[in-house]
Amino acid sequence: MFGDYSIGDLGAIFAMQGFAGLILFSVYVLMALGLAIIFGQMGVINMAHGEFMILGAYVTWMTSNLFQSYLPSLFAGYFFIAMILAFIASGALGMLVEWGLIRHLYKRPLDTLLATWGLSLILQQAYRSIFGAREVGVELPQWMLGSKQVTDTIEIPINGMFVMALTVLITAVVFYLLFWSRWGRQVRAVMQNRVMAGAVGINTEKVDRYTFGLGCGIAGIAGSAFTMIGSTGPTSGQLYIVDTFLVVVFGGAASLFGTIASAFSISQAQSTMEFFMSGSMAKVLTLLAIVAILMVRPQGLFALKVRK
Amino acid sequence: MDSPRFLSRTDLLGLAVLAVLLVVILPLTLDVFRLNLVAKYLTYAFVAIGLVLCWGFGGILSLGQGVFFGLGGYCMAMYLKLEASSVENTKIQSTPGIPDFMDWNQITQLPWFWQPFHSLTLTIVAILVVPTVFAYLIGAAMFKRRVGGVYFAIITQAIAAIMTILIIGQQGYTGGINGITDLRTLKGWDIRPDHAKVVLYFVEVAFLFGCILLALFVRHAKLGRILVAMREKEDRVRFSGYSVANFKIFAFCLAAMFAAIGGAMFTLNVGFMSPSFVGIVPSIEMVIYTAVGGRLSIFGAVYGTLLVNFAKTSLSESFPQLWLFGLGALFIAVVLIFPNGLAGIWRDNVQPLFGKLISKRKPGSDHGNGKPFGSVADGAPAE
Repeated sequence: MFGDYSIGDLGAIFAMQGFAGLILFSVYVLMALGLAIIFGQMGVINMAHGEFMILGAYVTWMTSNLFQSYLPSLFAGYFFIAMILAFIASGALGMLVEWGLIRHLYKRPLDTLLATWGLSLILQQAYRSIFGAREVGVELPQWMLGSKQVTDTIEIPINGMFVMALTVLITAVVFYLLFWSRWGRQVRAVMQNRVMAGAVGINTEKVDRYTFGLGCGIAGIAGSAFTMIGSTGPTSGQLYIVDTFLVVVFGGAASLFGTIASAFSISQAQSTMEFFMSGSMAKVLTLLAIVAILMVRPQGLFALKVRK
Repeated sequence: MDSPRFLSRTDLLGLAVLAVLLVVILPLTLDVFRLNLVAKYLTYAFVAIGLVLCWGFGGILSLGQGVFFGLGGYCMAMYLKLEASSVENTKIQSTPGIPDFMDWNQITQLPWFWQPFHSLTLTIVAILVVPTVFAYLIGAAMFKRRVGGVYFAIITQAIAAIMTILIIGQQGYTGGINGITDLRTLKGWDIRPDHAKVVLYFVEVAFLFGCILLALFVRHAKLGRILVAMREKEDRVRFSGYSVANFKIFAFCLAAMFAAIGGAMFTLNVGFMSPSFVGIVPSIEMVIYTAVGGRLSIFGAVYGTLLVNFAKTSLSESFPQLWLFGLGALFIAVVLIFPNGLAGIWRDNVQPLFGKLISKRKPGSDHGNGKPFGSVADGAPAE
């Protein structure tokens, strides 16, 4: 499979696919960060995570329509407002779900899987009833279109770079929130020992609700970013959910750094292989490799050493 | 239920009620089309019974049962397809004698893994052995390393995803997204006309009772008790000297084999097999059949499967939109409100009433107070 290419060609291919992989990497990180908080920190299996992303995408789509009809002069900047709205909408829905559903199930993680799967079915049908079954695409402002030529063989689309920049920003914010802020210390305390955290005066119910809301809100931002790359339909969320869970599990559920590392390796492997074989085979091989590695290292790449 | 017999009186009663329903009432009241629908639903009941064993008793939630269902179904479909594509049936193709979709995909020779499916005996062996070996490989790799619970669920789900992508991607070898269609005869016996459908229904019911008996046997044997003990306190069972991994592997393999039998019967009843019965969505739906029936009740699994599928067919015929809302609400309700499903409702609400009405025995006595959903685990917690 490598035989037909010269060394120089291979270098260019790897570089080009590497950049394509970086965009995929950003997408994975955005998808997985929210899940890493919800699954890795809280232990809740949220199968409706994809639907929270789709909510963000629909909010973005509505915002862009609103701006197009009423504020065409500000269209260039609508995306930033759309992302904030997507965060708020998904986060609010997340807190509602936590209150109505998840908080009854903290001791039964496998049951959260079934319940949130039911939630995802309901949300999908709701999207279909409200927005129609057709996929919707968002119109991008002028400055996001086009691409930047780096060398004569490599060019990077601007919206891809925007997603990458966004990913870096969101990741930095999440790391700040979880590891440096007072609130993050409370979150980690509650997740490690709920009873003890409650005993020292932390309002564990409130922490749970905001943590879940934050995870869902980040999913909303991810959905918002998605609209730049592809179109959105009621069932798009289901396409990503397995990938996202594998990214989180592969990296080691409780480790945010592991999530990022695993998103990087998975996306690079997939995008490099995609050049040499069909997309579906690349996907199969990547997933198989992940499953095989998970069988050797069940706790993921970066397992935290904790006493259970 | 400390009786050493593997069939207690409640189990016998449950078997009798189910037998009357499936062998007498349904065939007499339904036309052939509806009966064939019931046959299709019952193929999922095989999966659901397997899930009661490995999820309800063993505590291993597999989200990949569709894979085993599909493996069984595809094995059967490959045999039927080869029989349907004899040289004279396919003489308009550029290479006669191979399945039509291979011809469309410019494959001129039957691939090696299709060769054994010329023989019915080998096919039946494959239906039973291939999924079981596959389940053994997954189970051994996971349980020996003490991977369980959530991680196991996610990995089986990933395997279901891999399987679907593989089947759809390898169109020339598997028929792709359309699956293997246009199946006609089994050893020269036409499976399409009405009387064949009725015969197949009864054959399937017979197999189903075979699986139920096997499941009841496992449940009442020491094996079943160890499974329940493992679910409750895995470490204590391990410290008592049992090989926890091997018991889990056994339960998982048995569930896989049940699912494969269901899949093979599905192919015979419905006349085709496609990847839409393999992936994540059907696999999770199979779990909900078990959950609705009651994850601890073997009979409940059968009733749950029938009920959910009847609801699905009738609701999605008249209100296609409501069905997904209904199914979603069902998932949430089963988890939040009645975690033990129909069997739990029966045991906690209906059965005490019956007990008061028809029997003057003490409410604590276990035998002879008429409960079809009899096989609730000893000392299972209410949750």
